[in-house]
Amino acid sequence: MVQLRLFAAAREAAGTSVCELPGERVGDVLRAASDRFGPSFEGVLEHSRVWVNGEPVGADHRLCVTDELAVLPPVSGG
Amino acid sequence: MHVRDSSVIWVQVTEAELRIEDVAAWVASPECGAVNLFCGTVRDRSEGRPGVTCLEYEAFVDQVEPRLWNVAEAALDRWQVLGRVALLHRVGTLSVGETSVVVAVSAPHRQEAFAASSWCIDTLKATVPIWKREVWEGGADWGLCAHELSEVADLAEST
Repeated sequence: MVQLRLFAAAREAAGTSVCELPGERVGDVLRAASDRFGPSFEGVLEHSRVWVNGEPVGADHRLCVTDELAVLPPVSGG
Repeated sequence: MHVRDSSVIWVQVTEAELRIEDVAAWVASPECGAVNLFCGTVRDRSEGRPGVTCLEYEAFVDQVEPRLWNVAEAALDRWQVLGRVALLHRVGTLSVGETSVVVAVSAPHRQEAFAASSWCIDTLKATVPIWKREVWEGGADWGLCAHELSEVADLAEST
């Protein structure tokens, strides 16, 4: 299990800001998240960046249990 | 690339009011004849959303200061004459007129101060994990002017 943190529209679509999900690779965890949270979350995910421990990664990135994934929708600071 | 430390870079994410005078005083330096300070403030309207009453800023707080630091370092690499760079962002609920972001740079002359300040706010908006939710008379929703999150290194190379 790895920790998944969700922000802004992703948090809202999922109804939670943090959860634990199984998966060997980033893509597995994101698929598990889409299955759990449904189409509105999947829609946000399509336009989001994914970081592991604060760095951008691709779907093939292999995870270990201490990793923290984050789903980051388009940003609007300033 | 030079190593930069907190004598030339000040970054902060905070729920407290941003004190512009403190930033202006900190960024000034004896070798610099120009201080450029940009403030972003909460506007009372947005595209198709009249009567905005407040903005709620959410952040991936652990990652904001590291990303702000990257922006400041990249500015100091790009304009090597700069004296100091300060980048501060507020989070939480802000009312109309309150300051949400401060960018301040000092430089020997005004051209570099203006250019670096402008680059810093543009790059901050594209690379720092912060989101604004607009609350207006007709509802509440995420800000419309959102950018897909970029990496500072990519923007530093391409612009």
